[in-house]
Parts: sequence; C-alpha cells; structure tokens
Amino acid sequence: MSDVRFTKDHEWIRVEGDTATVGISEYAQEQLGDVVFVELPTVGADVEAGGDAAVVESVKAASEVYAPIAGKIVEVNDDLEATPGLVNESAEDEGWFWRMEISDTDELEELMSAGDYKAFLEGLD
Amino acid sequence: MSQDLNKTPLYDLHAELGAKFVPFAGYAMPVQYAAGILKEHLHTREGAGLFDVSHMGQVRLTAPDAAAQLEGLVPGDITALAAGEMRYTMFTNDRGGVLDDLMVTRRDDDVFLVVNAGCKDQDIALLRDALGTAAVAYDEDRALLALQGPGAVAALARHASDVARLAFMNAAAVEIAGVKAWVSRSGYTGEDGFEISVAHDDADGLARTLLAEPEVEAVGLGARDSLRLEAGLCLYGNDLTPEITPVEAGLTWTISKRRRAAGGFPGDAVIQAQIADGPTRRRVGIQPSGRAPARAHTPVMVGETPIGEITSGGFGPSVGGPVAMGYVDRAHAKAGTEIELDIRGKRHAAAVVKMPFAPHRYAK
Repeated sequence: MSDVRFTKDHEWIRVEGDTATVGISEYAQEQLGDVVFVELPTVGADVEAGGDAAVVESVKAASEVYAPIAGKIVEVNDDLEATPGLVNESAEDEGWFWRMEISDTDELEELMSAGDYKAFLEGLD
Repeated sequence: MSQDLNKTPLYDLHAELGAKFVPFAGYAMPVQYAAGILKEHLHTREGAGLFDVSHMGQVRLTAPDAAAQLEGLVPGDITALAAGEMRYTMFTNDRGGVLDDLMVTRRDDDVFLVVNAGCKDQDIALLRDALGTAAVAYDEDRALLALQGPGAVAALARHASDVARLAFMNAAAVEIAGVKAWVSRSGYTGEDGFEISVAHDDADGLARTLLAEPEVEAVGLGARDSLRLEAGLCLYGNDLTPEITPVEAGLTWTISKRRRAAGGFPGDAVIQAQIADGPTRRRVGIQPSGRAPARAHTPVMVGETPIGEITSGGFGPSVGGPVAMGYVDRAHAKAGTEIELDIRGKRHAAAVVKMPFAPHRYAK
C-alpha cells in the first residue's frame, strides 16, 4: 500500500518502502500550461527538504521544483527528456520526476495527505 | 485579478472562452485560452489566430504637417509615405536609444500611430510636447484586433472582400460585416494578416463574427510572444530599451537613405556614427543546441568571458525547440559563431544564427 503526500508548493511524493517517487501535482501542471523542458537532478545527488531539485519549464516561464523531504536521488525519469509533455498528460503518474532514498521518515509527517491537499487547493481559489 | 486593472472591450468574451488572465501594462489580458499556448501558436501558423491588442495605444496626429513634425522624434521616413502606407519606426532619445517602437500610417486627414501599451502615456506626453496638445488625439475608445496567419485573408475577405487587395504594410478604411473599421495588412507574428481598429462598442460583435469563421481561433498574449520571437521581432522592454539603439538592434533598415544623411531626429549623431563605423554590439539570433530554453538575462559566454546577454528566449513551438535572441559583442556576432549560455550556473552550447527562426510569410 503506497501513501501519497503533497507539499504546499504542489509536489507529490509517493512512498514505497525505503524509497519515494516525486513529481508535481495535477493542479501544478494545469497552472504551468504546456511543459516543454524538465531539468532533472543528478542521480546520486543529496537534496534537502524544501531545497531546489529540478526545474520545469512551460512555454512562458521556468519554475523550481523542490524536494519534499531530504534524501539521495536514486533514479530520474529519462522519458521527460524526449517527452516533457508527459507532465501535462500524467502529472501524478507517468510524469514523475525522480525517485529518492528517504533520509528521515519523520519529514513525511509534515506533508499533506491527499484530502488535506484538496482542502488546501480549495482555499487558494 | 485585481480590481485596479483596466479591461478591454473583449474582456467578457475572453472569460467566456476560458482565458487565463494576467496583468499586462495595467490591463487584465488573456495570456492563453483553453487550448493553451502551444496549440494557439501552431494554429496561428496553420490557420488564423485572433488576438486582442486593444491595450495598445492608438494615437492620431492631426496637424497638417504632422508627418514632418513626427520626423523630429523618429528616424523613420514618414514624409515619404503616401496616404494608406505604413511604416515601422521608433521614438529615440538623445543617445540614440529607443523609447518605444511603433507603427505609423499616413492617412488622408491625419497620421495614425499604434504604440506599445506600457509606453503610451510617455509617448503621448512626448508627442504633445513636440507637436502641441491639440494636435495629438489619443483614441481611448478604439479597440484593436489582430487577425494573423495564412487563413486570415480568406476569413476576413468573407466579410470585406476589399481586404484581399491590400498590400503588405498598407491600410484602408473598410466596412466589415457592417462595422466601420480601419484595417492594415500587418502584424507581429511573421505571418500574413491584419490589424483591425474599431470603436469599443463594435469590438465584441466583430470578434465573435471572426471567431465564427472556420479558420479562426482566439489566441492569447503567450502565443503572441512566442510567434514574434520565432519571427525575430523585438519586444519593447526586452530587446529594445532606452540604452539600445536601432543600429545595435539590427533595425537600420527602418532608416531611409535620406534620413541617414540628413539626421534631424533625437540621437542622430550617435546613430549616424554607428551606421558608419558599425555598433560595438549587435542583436543576434541564438540557437541553443540542447533542449533547455534560455530566458531573458541568460549570460552569453565565450570561454570565461561574458560577451553578451539574452534579451528574449524560450520555446519555439513551430521550431520544436528553444530559440532566443540577444545582444553580443560585434566580434562574436557572425552567424555560425559557437557560444555558451550560462543557464542556472550550468553551461549549455549554442550558436549565433540568422533570424527569423520561422520564415516570414507576409503577403507579397
């Protein structure tokens, strides 16, 4: 059973044992519009919770993607290089950005559940 | 969206069409509609895009010698224009820098200007200072629509057959589906097309009439920007500023032989010297080799030496990859020169290239 959590910066993180997969939310891709380029982190790099990890570029502008928790990058989604539009088509599944080892599972507790995130989005409008 | 922003007469129509609004030069403007920037851009190059550019300033100079007077403010040849002919030029300052770029049309009874939204107050003040307040009329009650793309002429001609005979950079009074309009064969996308000036009250109806044509879709400011970038056209504030001259910007072609020789516009000595000696930096096309878009202010490097800066850059939907323009030192301005871009602290290979990135397809 996997557990998906969300940040207020609109990243999602899905925990599967010791590792987690990270991407941007459906809401985030809608706000960005057509994604034309994704700069992914380097495999092996350590990231801090809330630190810069990737950049997603729409036709209009570049936006930072932050690491929801601290850890080490173990894999990145190479499909985004040739097909950045996957982020628009499938933000919370095939459009994932990277997988990471989890340094401290307590950090996950700080993040929002799917239900909390939905309420958070309703508060934005 | 803030209550302080101005709305064009097409605001309700934009909202109906699912526009995402952004503040632009004090107006709530549609950056894109439901289709999104990529589709809107590509549609303009294949069919026709309808753009609301009513935020731009429409100004009439009414003095009998307005054309000659305007030449005191711009390097363009205005007195050479026959009625119905238009020209692209720019207001310059004493250093030869660009205060705004504009379209000038000579008409039977006046000289008609279209200026940038963000500069219009300054431009009107400049004009009134030089020509007298009474001789400068700001038509705040006029809307401006741009219909751009290879399908534009067929779509518009169904309502006003005369427009098919308008030559590029010519304009005429035309009735479109019963609406009195001033129509020019011009635009800022690199495509054939028209700009249509109508009274505020007629704008919504005319826009709906045009959108009902099979070729036509609404296109927002996002695609307008990517279209003009691919066409190698300057965006005021990015590619043109008070610190950049028309010669540096590669716009010397807008200055006629007579005006180069005679001067008589602000900054003429600087501009004449740059034409004679060549400018120290030049606006060039920049083609990144990889996939990463390079945005405005990206440093351009050769080895460890900064040689310039990107002023407009992003993703070109018709090119299918990143495109940019910027200013580089003259020694590195030749097409084919290999350069590097410093994007977020990482070096990316790029080359100086000729513009446009998408070929111009203006009416012959």
